[in-house]
Amino acid sequence: MGSGQRAEFKNPVVSWIDERLPVFSLMQKEYGVFPTPRNFNYFWNFGAIAMVMLITMIVSGIVLAMHYTPHADYAFSSVERIMRDVNWGWMLRYIHMNGASFFFIAVYIHIFRGMYYGSYKKPRELLWILGVIIYLLMMATAFMGYTLPWSQMGGWAATVISGFFTAIPVVGDMIQTLLLGGFSVDNPTLNRFFSLHYLLPFVIFAVVFLHVWALHVSGSNNPLGIDVKSSQDTLPFHPYYTMKDTFGLGVFLLLYVIVTFFFPNIFAHPDHFVEYNPMVTPPHIVPEWYFLPFYAILRGLTFGINPYIGLSLVAMVVVMAPIYGGPDKKTGLCGLLCALGRQFALPLLVVAGIFFALGYLSQVEKASGGALLSLPLSDLVFINAKLAGVLAMFGSVILLVFIPWLDTHPVRSARFRPLFKWATLVLAIDFVVLGYVGMEAADAALFGVIPLLWIGQLGTGYYFAYFLMILPWLSRNEKALPLPVSINEAVLKA
Amino acid sequence: MTIKKLALVTCVALSVLSPLSARAAEGGHLPKLSWSFEGFAGTYDRPSLQRGFKVYREVCAACHSMDKVYYRDLTALGYNEEQIKAVAGEYTFIDGPNDEGDMFERSGRPSDPFKAPYANREQAMYANNGAYPPDMSLLVKARHGGANYIYGILTGYGHAPEGHEVPEGKHWNAIMPGHIIAMAPPLQDGQITYDDNAPQTVDQYAKDVATFLTWASEPHMEERKRIGITAFLFLLVFTGVMYTVKKKLWAKLH
Ligand code: HEC
Repeated sequence: MGSGQRAEFKNPVVSWIDERLPVFSLMQKEYGVFPTPRNFNYFWNFGAIAMVMLITMIVSGIVLAMHYTPHADYAFSSVERIMRDVNWGWMLRYIHMNGASFFFIAVYIHIFRGMYYGSYKKPRELLWILGVIIYLLMMATAFMGYTLPWSQMGGWAATVISGFFTAIPVVGDMIQTLLLGGFSVDNPTLNRFFSLHYLLPFVIFAVVFLHVWALHVSGSNNPLGIDVKSSQDTLPFHPYYTMKDTFGLGVFLLLYVIVTFFFPNIFAHPDHFVEYNPMVTPPHIVPEWYFLPFYAILRGLTFGINPYIGLSLVAMVVVMAPIYGGPDKKTGLCGLLCALGRQFALPLLVVAGIFFALGYLSQVEKASGGALLSLPLSDLVFINAKLAGVLAMFGSVILLVFIPWLDTHPVRSARFRPLFKWATLVLAIDFVVLGYVGMEAADAALFGVIPLLWIGQLGTGYYFAYFLMILPWLSRNEKALPLPVSINEAVLKA
Repeated sequence: MTIKKLALVTCVALSVLSPLSARAAEGGHLPKLSWSFEGFAGTYDRPSLQRGFKVYREVCAACHSMDKVYYRDLTALGYNEEQIKAVAGEYTFIDGPNDEGDMFERSGRPSDPFKAPYANREQAMYANNGAYPPDMSLLVKARHGGANYIYGILTGYGHAPEGHEVPEGKHWNAIMPGHIIAMAPPLQDGQITYDDNAPQTVDQYAKDVATFLTWASEPHMEERKRIGITAFLFLLVFTGVMYTVKKKLWAKLH
């Protein structure tokens, strides 16, 4: 690292240090003259913004920890003490509490940017996967932080979320006990969550380092999604992008300041201000907003996998086989499936739809008891609804890891892929809609008539179809628009 | 996508995802009053705070504790040290142990938290037919609707409409989720004597005590908004300068 060409420095102290430890050369190379595509739009600000938020969270968190007591009897009061008596304590806490939300806002936009412009494609697959790991670590950190004030909402969210693991056969209960440090959310839970909540941000920091390292090996993607061809396509990172990033950061921080100082509790549910009481279950237990889409997916699976749904899934796999396997697969079992899928794609899709509907309806309970549709063998549920929900929820996040291999289309940017563009924009809307469904009560209805559950189920269907069917299909079949010859030429034309 | 579209999308997403998005309590429609502490520069109305404290002290404190608030905090209401000492001195606290190992009684000091009416949750519930009068330190933040909700509960009592049963010892309230509340109407017109010439009505009592409880749950609100305005203006200028710098710098490229 930095052992290559050293830069010249006029300042003798800087020069002296740099000869012995070339940190200044490193900074100069990676952030000074670093060649960066000249056509970034403002979506490219959010990496730097996320970095600033991470540092904000770590600094405010360290000071908060100096005043916080991780004990079931004192945690809630110690947080109130921070709010009332510690100098600037209220500000630190509001910065930290809302900082988490703004960190997620920045990261969601950053992830969307990556998907829209195909930043995960070769040679940036590992860079993307490191990003997904950061996102997973953030989720774990935020979830544990949510319980630390020891409020009704935090304590019960921990109960519900750790309960997901009990759906796993055989070892599920053991995992839950290990997570909670006992059979229910209590002082041992708080202690281990505090310990991990302090640790994980530094792990995130380390993975961010790897993420940025990988970025500086492959170089940045850009809105056109084409490779840098010559030095005419790039600008030195400083001053062009240092200045642009600082401006973008300023706009972002303005929003953050408005929320932190004028609407500091806008993301907080009222039950976050009631001390945790294991004997009183709140009427609605909702996770923080940034988990709501996944919560909707979890609750959307009100049905398990019975023979009908199973057959439907098998039919879909056969339809997808030639798309996954490629046109040249002709031999073996895979070849057989591919041939079937190619020959009977449409009929198989219809069959899949019908069987799915049958399997679904045979598991809908009538108000008067019994299933809406009684079919033979429909009670033979291989994977029950709870486990299916948990698998779908975790699966929906883990799927992100595999995008580079689900979307193998040679063109990166959505600008030149009209179908991909729309599919991806719809996915973004779908994500917001799922978030809305996750926020509302499970039996709520839109305009009083359309059950939100159905909307959540449709949204869940699209989410999985996007990754598992639409992306692979488009990879093989979408005709891209003509690409510009170079970044420089495209910029000059505009 | 331009930055404008992005900002729009973010705003829409925020307003949709915000748990506050127009979700009133499942009770009746909340009244929407205009409060002095609303808005970007809103502050607490000092006379109203003092009257609200009087209502709390003379009525609500008989059942509701407020254990995160200390007598010393009352300086924020405009009381001086002598007045606060006098208020605290009216209560008796158990302290100790002394040098001989005994607990003893002493009168309250500004450094004491508000004296709770009951020794513990169980005693509070036993004295109130099994219902727990919630601690009031954070009550405004702990309910959808905040001050409007407190006002609504206090002015929302009435007769149950046809066909609604009210269990023995409970009361019908338009605002309470489920409309059944264990608290008897705590306020009557003329019940508390005000030192200023504010009307001595349930309506006014309710407004004042809601103001006081808002202060209790968010005592640093005024300072917060003041700093917020400074921080905002600073960032606005900074961002403006950065915009010009960036523009100038990039203009040279084309
Ligand atoms: C005689 C005892 C008593 C007095 C005096 C009293 N309360 Fe209550 N209060 C209760 C009880 C008991 C409950 C719990 C009601 C329930 O859970 O149904 C309660 C609940 C409440 C609630 C919460 C309703 C909810 O959403 O859970 C509010 C607000 C409230 N009181 C305000 C006041 C105010 C303001 C005063 C003073 C003006 C006051 N109370 C005086 C006994 C009292």
